[in-house]
Amino acid sequence: MTAAVLVLEDGRVFRGRAFGAVGETFGEAVFSTGMTGYQEILTDPSYHRQVVVMTSPHVGNTGMNDEDPESGRIWVAGYVVRDPARVPSSWRSRRSLDEDLTAQGVVGISGVDTRALTRHLRERGAMRVGVFSGPAITDAAAMLGRVRAAPEMLGADLAREVSTAAPYVVPALGHPRFRVAAVDLGLKSMTPRRMAERGVEVHVLPSTATVEEVYALEPDGVFLSNGPGDPDTADLSVVHAALRRGTPLFGICFGHELLGRALGFATYKLKYGHRGINQPVQDRITRKVEITAHNHGFAVDAPLDGATATPYGRVEVSHVCLNDGVVEGLVLLDRPALSVQYHPEAAAGPHDAGHLFDHFVAMMGRR
Amino acid sequence: MPKRTDIRSVLVVGSGPIVIGQAAEFDYSGTQACRVLKAEGLRVILVNSNPATIMTDPEMADATYVEPGTPEFVEKIIARERPDALLPTMGGQTGLNTAITLHETGVLEKYGVELIGADAAAIRKGENREQFKEVVEAVRAKIGHGESARSVICRSMAEVMAGAARLGGYPVVVRPSFTMGGAGSGVAHDEEELRRIAGVALTFSPTTEVLIEESILGWKEYELELMRDRNDNVVVVCSIENLDPMGVHTGDSITVAPAMTLTDREYQIMRDIGIAVIREVGVDTGGCNIQFAVDPATGRIIVIEMNPRVSRSSALASKATGFPIAKIAARLAIGYTLDEIPNDITGQTPASFEPALDYVVVKVPRFAFEKFPGADPTLTTTMKSVGEAMAIGRNFPEALQKALRSLERKDSQFSFTRGPLDGLLDAVRRPTEGRITAVMRAVRAGASREEIVEATRIDPWFVDQIFLISEIADEVADAPALDAALLTHAKRHGFSDAQIAALRGLGEPDVRRIRHELGVRPVYKTVDTCAAEFAARTPYFYSSYDEESEVAPRDRPAVIILGSGPNRIGQGVEFDYSCVHASFALHDAGYETVMVNCNPETVSTDYDTSDRLYFEPLTLEDVLEVVHAEERAGPVAGVLVQLGGQTPLGLAQALKDGGVPVAGTPPEAIHLAEDRGAFGRVLARAGLPGTEHGTATSFPEAKAIADEVGYPILVRPSYVLGGRGMEIVYDEARLASYIGESTEIGPDRPVLVDRFLDDAIEVDVDALYDGVELYLGGVMEHIEEAGIHSGDSACVLPPMTISGEIERLRASTEAIAREIGVRGLINIQFALAGSVLYVLEANPRASRTVPFVSKATAVPLAKAAARISLGATIADLRAEGLLRPRGDGGTLPLTAPISVKEAVLPWTRFRDASGRGTDTALGPEMRSTGEVMGIDAGFGVAYAKSQNAAYGALPTKGTVFISVADRYKRAMVFLAGALADHGFTLLATEGTAGVLRRNGVEAAVVRKHRDGPGPDGEPTIVGLIHEGEVDLVVNTPYGAGGRMDGYEIRTAAVARGVPCLTTVQALAAAIQGIDALTCGEVGVRSLQEHARLLTSFGEDVLG
Repeated sequence: MTAAVLVLEDGRVFRGRAFGAVGETFGEAVFSTGMTGYQEILTDPSYHRQVVVMTSPHVGNTGMNDEDPESGRIWVAGYVVRDPARVPSSWRSRRSLDEDLTAQGVVGISGVDTRALTRHLRERGAMRVGVFSGPAITDAAAMLGRVRAAPEMLGADLAREVSTAAPYVVPALGHPRFRVAAVDLGLKSMTPRRMAERGVEVHVLPSTATVEEVYALEPDGVFLSNGPGDPDTADLSVVHAALRRGTPLFGICFGHELLGRALGFATYKLKYGHRGINQPVQDRITRKVEITAHNHGFAVDAPLDGATATPYGRVEVSHVCLNDGVVEGLVLLDRPALSVQYHPEAAAGPHDAGHLFDHFVAMMGRR
Repeated sequence: MPKRTDIRSVLVVGSGPIVIGQAAEFDYSGTQACRVLKAEGLRVILVNSNPATIMTDPEMADATYVEPGTPEFVEKIIARERPDALLPTMGGQTGLNTAITLHETGVLEKYGVELIGADAAAIRKGENREQFKEVVEAVRAKIGHGESARSVICRSMAEVMAGAARLGGYPVVVRPSFTMGGAGSGVAHDEEELRRIAGVALTFSPTTEVLIEESILGWKEYELELMRDRNDNVVVVCSIENLDPMGVHTGDSITVAPAMTLTDREYQIMRDIGIAVIREVGVDTGGCNIQFAVDPATGRIIVIEMNPRVSRSSALASKATGFPIAKIAARLAIGYTLDEIPNDITGQTPASFEPALDYVVVKVPRFAFEKFPGADPTLTTTMKSVGEAMAIGRNFPEALQKALRSLERKDSQFSFTRGPLDGLLDAVRRPTEGRITAVMRAVRAGASREEIVEATRIDPWFVDQIFLISEIADEVADAPALDAALLTHAKRHGFSDAQIAALRGLGEPDVRRIRHELGVRPVYKTVDTCAAEFAARTPYFYSSYDEESEVAPRDRPAVIILGSGPNRIGQGVEFDYSCVHASFALHDAGYETVMVNCNPETVSTDYDTSDRLYFEPLTLEDVLEVVHAEERAGPVAGVLVQLGGQTPLGLAQALKDGGVPVAGTPPEAIHLAEDRGAFGRVLARAGLPGTEHGTATSFPEAKAIADEVGYPILVRPSYVLGGRGMEIVYDEARLASYIGESTEIGPDRPVLVDRFLDDAIEVDVDALYDGVELYLGGVMEHIEEAGIHSGDSACVLPPMTISGEIERLRASTEAIAREIGVRGLINIQFALAGSVLYVLEANPRASRTVPFVSKATAVPLAKAAARISLGATIADLRAEGLLRPRGDGGTLPLTAPISVKEAVLPWTRFRDASGRGTDTALGPEMRSTGEVMGIDAGFGVAYAKSQNAAYGALPTKGTVFISVADRYKRAMVFLAGALADHGFTLLATEGTAGVLRRNGVEAAVVRKHRDGPGPDGEPTIVGLIHEGEVDLVVNTPYGAGGRMDGYEIRTAAVARGVPCLTTVQALAAAIQGIDALTCGEVGVRSLQEHARLLTSFGEDVLG
């Protein structure tokens, strides 16, 4: 058994055992309350540079398979669990979680009072953290110093670190009806699949794609993906171009934050974010509530009631999180654009909001 | 959508008596519903025949009808109360069936009553097997997932063979069409077996038709609890995974929440299917439970069934998540939507979410096979458990081990001895009670993971967790010394001090001392519905050996109330009732109330019953730690041990020895009442006669006592509840075999031998004593003679034939209470034989009858007892109005209503290995699972109501079969005459018929079962009963040795649902009931009305 230590930037320390790779890692400490879907969480690029605390105590029970990853690698900077599985059990399992973490050099810690850690983050807010195991463990002050020297999430420009290097195409399933230019700011693999299922040919472009590159594809719609980092750092030229030209636009998560900023709203960092697959989001028009998957540390600051005038016409808050009143969706009344802060593609999470892709397709159909 | 304004009054139908499969969870659900509806300002009308429930407390509803929940009686209530709506989903299958009947017969329409919470079409779709199959097909067409088990209907052996081939291999399940209770069905593992089983099945089926179905035995089993509102919002409250794979009823399985071995992909597909099913079935508002089977090799998902109502699983899910399903279902039924209902636990978020758990919940069933000798203990798709315990831990091993020790059963915890593997793998192949401990024995004996998985089909992840526990046991055993790290490691995986002690060859107190010296203590975490994402304001705690405790400091003094643990025969919901009352009363009196219990079915473990709830096992270790945590949080005024039955009472002395302040009657007084020698001296000092008795630890000693007091004798082990192992012994031979069979008898576990009082009248008394004054709560006269366990016998309050004895009973009760030193409740059983009033036993605690007495006399005895335990006097409580200002339950006016309590027994549940039912004869060992109350102005109607609620209506015409032992024949003549006068046709076996004829009562002779049908096919009595030719059976057991004679008769009566009376006294009471039923219309009246009558007439007469 190799010892491991978790050090928060405010000085609180948790002790446990090494899990996955032995060594040290730094990032922003965040917690996720999903009881299923660890494989999707680990491989979600939005978790880049974050050390994820799983509130669910048993992690790894179903091992790792080849179908469920949301990208080609594990993105989390570090992994904190209470009781990792010793033996995976699933007819689809190919490897154990521990094996994959070790193989990809992801430093983790187990045996931690994850509930105490979660409560701490809830009360004090997400903060920087370091995980040290084996020979990386040094004296407390030194470890704390290294944590405090790590970069902060506020102001971090991370999309280019997770984005695809080269464009690629996800073909439509069946007859292609529409072509979408999808800007990969940290795209999860389920998202283009959800569009492909609806007859959309998805051209995935690097986060650095220019307006010219996007429009060279003659797209029927533009999609802005989820992704890590502070939306304040992102370039908005593609968003403005799409809005100006009236190209149907759909944004998810980071993409939603970009739309919000392009419309003139500010974005801000939440105290501890929304990360889980049980979040109630209400459609402001139908009053219907959907249970949705969330993974966001930032949010758009927009007035909940009434329409706001913007250079692109009126915009309304279409969705709100019932837990805390955070803006979860925007819709333009005068142009074909909508965005949501949460994850209609799910993976992991409930499929309640999958119909939003239908709305996007319908917008393209109306042109 | 806000609350509907067109509903101003609601009728809630309760589930009636506790039976296997329909138990205290419906008290929990019904209580929640009533409280919510009342809080919404609606007039709540309740019908439930079960007095031992919180929901039937007069303050829970505006009009509480303790009347049979049959369509006939509910219609009477509707006619009187004219409710706007009926909520049918809180009363289990019973409540649902009654509501559907009222709908189908047009009664609801006639009175303009709307069914809310689920409509009739939805209920039918959910419950009808064929219609549900169509629902599942429709779901598959819509979302591409979900299917039913594949099946083929066959009408010949050739079709059967072809059908089996089409299903793609063995095993297959064979079900004959149109037979009851699974007769003729079976599982065929190969062609030869299929030919045999299908051959029989084809002949069994009246339509020569069998269903061949693919077998899903051994598949993984899951449940989802869902809720839907009228805006079509759907949430999944909880997922539950059964550790025992398909083939064991979920009520008998070890179950785990949340699901442990599904990926998100599979879980979300299951969720999608669940949501599509609830929509397709059309449950507009409320909750439902859906069961799934998953093929462990391929992940194929089969939808097994759904229940469109609250259920045992929904109660478990509510306790497991902190999401109160019944409470929210009631709000949805009156028009709210999920987003309009706040989550009580966080206070700031809505109920339209899905709880996230950061802990693991394990439920384990509790069985009572020892009560039914000969019953087949194999677990099947028919539920057999009588209760359950739930535990919460931060991981599965911790939750599992806590749950197993919550069962309070010898050998329910893992022991880690090593024995040979001989036969163990075969043994665990068959699911039985305690299979999990047999699995551990197999692990210890060297079985491999693969062997265990192959034999049990338990998922490999769970099997590995068992291995993990076993490996930690080795670490504990092999370590040079117990240090803090090792102890914490073991504790984190649920090891008790007792288990560690056994592994180390130490005493449990030694381990505890070492552990405390090392500072290894549990912390308490909160069940908060959201995995700590939001702050919780409801202190619902469970222990864990983690870092941070969440118990907040407090200023008000706390009273810790110890609950009664898992329900079992002899210790059921009645004790939970008393604990809940104590909590309410002490909260009102300014204390902070702290409940400790591990039974998920109960009201006591609802998070808003007490100020704080600890969901913990009721072992000494676990209770001491809770007390420690609470003492650190603030002042502790005392621990209440008298209300939860034998479980907490058994801890009293050890708690006191551990420095814990035990409130009320001191442990020494409890010992005085329980120790036979000490109690004899108490009686002697008080000048009261007890039965002649002695204590024996061997056959010669027992024989010597028997010779002295004379047969028959009553023998039983000491320190038991519910008459466990108690028997009336008529001769020396049986005494010898009884001692021989009793494995638990030894020098420190003696057997009690009492003279048995034939023909005595038994009387139960519940009373309060504060050291100065006695308040006689109630006097109950048993309807059956002495010798039948008080929990199984019917009784009446006020007493019908012994009212002249009340002052003598009062004086005796007071003398005993004073001598023992009672501060609170005492229950005494007397036997009146001739003019001698014998004291049979005294229990210085809340008894099983406290709720019945409280309802019959409209006085909350348990509340008063809790207050007295904390120092209030009876005079104080009279002044406050909690007790009557003058008089007591012994001075009821002659106009007081008559209340009859009748026991409900689980005969139809238990069958032996060949499928025959178990005997219905009553005896000194308690076997009933529940009780009902009949209340009316006169005894006859009250008794008839009690029979109706318990077993079905007494007949007023038809055929009665009579067969009684010789010593009852004289008494029987008069009663048989009365039946003949009513126009009944009498049947009797030869001996009884002869006696009747000689006395001028006409009775036809019918053949005995053992003689078989006659030469011309004349049927036996058993045949007649099976053919439905008999409307009432009177059959008494035959004393020594001959008790098996009536076995077939009584078993047939139970199988056919024919009322079966096994005592002469019960027949006498039944005839009074039949008299009343034939005399005119039977009315209904609410407890509130009865109480007003008691008070208005009472005050003039009393004093």
